Amino acid sequence: MKAFAHLLDRLAFTPSRNAKLTLVTDFLAATPDPERGWALAALTGDISFDAAKPAVLRKVVEGRVDAVLFAWSYDYVGDLAETVALIWPVRPGLNREPELSEVVEALKAAAKAEVPGLIETWLDGLPADGRWALLKLLTGGLRVGLSARLAKQAAADLGGVPVGEVEELWHCLAAPYGDLFAWLEGRGEKPVSSAPARFRPVMLAQAIDEAADLSRLDPADYAAEWKWDGVRVQAVIEGGEKHLWSRTGEDIGPAFPDLLAKLAFEGAIDGELLVMRAGRAAPFGDLQQRLGRKTTDARLIAAYPVGVRAYDLLLDGAEDIRPLPFRERRARLETFLAELASPVIDLSPLQAFGSWAALAALRLDPPPGEPRAAEGLMLKRWDSPYTAGRPKGPWFKWKRDPHLIDAVLMYAQRGHGKRSSYYSDYTFGVWREDAAGQRSLTPVGKAYFGFTDAELRRLDAFVRDNTIERFGPVRAVRADVEFGLVLEVAFEGLQRSTRHKSGVAMRFPRISRIRWDKPSREADELASLERMLG
Amino acid sequence: MDTEKSPAAPEKLTVWRPMRERPRQTSKVSGGRAAAGAAAIKPAAVRTIAPRRVISALIDPDTRARRRRISPISVGVIRPEQLLCPRPAGLYCPPGDFYVDPVRPVARAVITHGHADHARPGHGLVMATNETLAIMETRCGPDYAASVRPLGYGERISRDGVEVSLAPAGHVLGSAQVVVNWRGLTMVVSGDYKRSPDPTCAPFEPVACDVFITEATFALPVFRHPSAASEVEKLLASVRQFPDRTHIVGAYTLGKAQRLIALLREVGWQAPIHVHGALEAIDAVYARFDVDLGPLAPATVERRASLPGAIVIAPPSALATPWTRRFADPVDAFASGWMGIRARARQRGVELPLTISDHADWDELTATIAELSPAEVWITHGREEALERWCQLAGIPARALSLVGYEDEDA
Repeated sequence: MKAFAHLLDRLAFTPSRNAKLTLVTDFLAATPDPERGWALAALTGDISFDAAKPAVLRKVVEGRVDAVLFAWSYDYVGDLAETVALIWPVRPGLNREPELSEVVEALKAAAKAEVPGLIETWLDGLPADGRWALLKLLTGGLRVGLSARLAKQAAADLGGVPVGEVEELWHCLAAPYGDLFAWLEGRGEKPVSSAPARFRPVMLAQAIDEAADLSRLDPADYAAEWKWDGVRVQAVIEGGEKHLWSRTGEDIGPAFPDLLAKLAFEGAIDGELLVMRAGRAAPFGDLQQRLGRKTTDARLIAAYPVGVRAYDLLLDGAEDIRPLPFRERRARLETFLAELASPVIDLSPLQAFGSWAALAALRLDPPPGEPRAAEGLMLKRWDSPYTAGRPKGPWFKWKRDPHLIDAVLMYAQRGHGKRSSYYSDYTFGVWREDAAGQRSLTPVGKAYFGFTDAELRRLDAFVRDNTIERFGPVRAVRADVEFGLVLEVAFEGLQRSTRHKSGVAMRFPRISRIRWDKPSREADELASLERMLG
Repeated sequence: MDTEKSPAAPEKLTVWRPMRERPRQTSKVSGGRAAAGAAAIKPAAVRTIAPRRVISALIDPDTRARRRRISPISVGVIRPEQLLCPRPAGLYCPPGDFYVDPVRPVARAVITHGHADHARPGHGLVMATNETLAIMETRCGPDYAASVRPLGYGERISRDGVEVSLAPAGHVLGSAQVVVNWRGLTMVVSGDYKRSPDPTCAPFEPVACDVFITEATFALPVFRHPSAASEVEKLLASVRQFPDRTHIVGAYTLGKAQRLIALLREVGWQAPIHVHGALEAIDAVYARFDVDLGPLAPATVERRASLPGAIVIAPPSALATPWTRRFADPVDAFASGWMGIRARARQRGVELPLTISDHADWDELTATIAELSPAEVWITHGREEALERWCQLAGIPARALSLVGYEDEDA
């Protein structure tokens, strides 16, 4: 438990992805089975408990600590599990520190009424950081800023194998993953992925570099289709077992029971999850209403019905067709969908084109209807097999040009990790005129990338030189009609928002240019953003 | 349970008269104890008491009742407020006409230790340990007081029947508790103190008293500092794990920085430790009093991405400033008692919080009160209400003084 507690403690404060990977990989290398396996399962969310309900915790701690002192302490710390972990009075002697595996196995076997007693015994045996780790585990959700994918990446790094291999295997493995570690450490055979309807690691596209790539690519080698603005999904049905996977292999089926119920085929379809009404894709904002939820309800299902726009076929019946070239897979997909005639799956059509110039024109001016809402175009090599990961060459995404506005820098916040000494997160605003004709800035968004290191240094110096007020890590920067820094902000789309003062929210905003030359009063008006909403 | 008063030789009893000359710095720890190195600072009269003993076992109702019977307070001869009372300028002693750690300029001041909120310049006469006087001179300049009177640990002086002496507080170099005795009534002002081991200063010495006036910086039961050695091990583990990065540890300039360096030496870190310029003057004072900090190097480097794998100690205010950009992908660490609370560590944007404190934690505060078992406890600054509550539950009369002007150095 000690090593696991120490790992969680470090992860919770470590901002950099690489440092997190080092921490987890080192932990996996240094910790024996089955301890590390249970830890990995906790990190990936494959085991979780909600044994320590707040009421249970309060009851247990109030038997040990004065209620008044506890209340003051909780008030100061602000987190129940952490307060209990810190305040727990040590009983010297007799207490043996429990191992993580012991905790997991005891909880699996315990009846509900036994749980408070177990928790009390473990708390007695653990030091403060161990108590915190235990309570984090028992209250469900570690929340230490590590995604399941990164945890799998760390496991893959341990064995020097691509993360895709671990992801594909994942669904045939069970915690504490003795067979996985044996394979990763070269002591055993690679586990066989045989679970029905398991996730197949997805193939991803590179962003195209128009200047460098297009000139050396032959348009005849590529198929083009619209890049739909939804969420990548993989719908798999094998022997009646159905799953809907996200692009990272998370099982998102439970959030879309309406869709799952209507899927009836044998195979694996790669496509885009979209809100669809009468066969037409709705904007991303509609889909967002159904994302980030573990389950759903009838009201949401009725208001935001979803479907899949298919663009690839990985399994045709029981046959794995991933090694076939895209041309053949596409033909199989078309036949497959035509025979299926499903009301919730349609086909992403290909766009014929003769030259890159013709395709560029199509991208710049999509025909009316659904293509107008697409994010751009996808290019897929006709002869490419379906390869996990992001290989360079077979698939490209060619995104539409972003929207641009000129906004004025209003606030800057210190960054994290490498950027902790820089003011690198920028809140910017546009002009709004009140009833009296007075112009003032209203914040419309926040961006923290899109600039070079040299530009960051200059922006940081500007913020420090022109601070008018400080609020903890945030500085207000001088911004008025006479003086201010204009930022050209690029973004993908705009939505109405009741949470933002300006009434609009940008999608994917980033700094595209810094207009050192432009007077602040010439920045854009809120009215011009509102026009974009239509 | 041994809570006898610290013995001091009667011949040392002197009259409280200011020395006109400024004290000459010697290379001896005050009180005449020669110290060959950090580890050698072991005042003779000190009994070490294991902290974190179980509180209930330490409170012996019979002992407390006995002491109360013989205490001048319990027989109604003297009220303790006659000897020490809170005034706007600080804790004042009317019969001796002096203040303890006054926050405004006064005629006579006894200073417990050199932290800026306790040791302010501008007083008439300042009485303190040689170490504290040297720290004050370094921080406030040569004109920090009109006159000074150095006082060694255990040395007694008296004025108008009030006897004053200093006992080690274990907080930072030269830190002292003020022991005031008048007409058989003994009051102890703890100043800031801790009970956990510190190789850079003399350990806290419990002094039996009628009234114990305690600090309460970390007086909430959630403040349970882990051992400093385990926190230093955490730092070294991170240095081993990320050998290409510079570890910058924020540590208070006076006390914490030197303690951290000494702790690193204790566990065998022999490489030069790089120190921020703001630390150099205080490091030099420690060296003058024979606290061995090993090889130190300035953290002034020109090139970017300098000092991978090194440990740099800096004042907390230097973390996340442009100054840190000269180092190799720095890990920001912070050594402070506040780091035990995750929200506080996140607030500071720290990557490696180290819970190392120079103040007593909850267990040390309550164990010390239980051990001394005074007739009354007064609480000066910090979270008075929680400690008052604990005293109430333990049956010890307690009151909060609500003195203003004291803060943990850069909390």
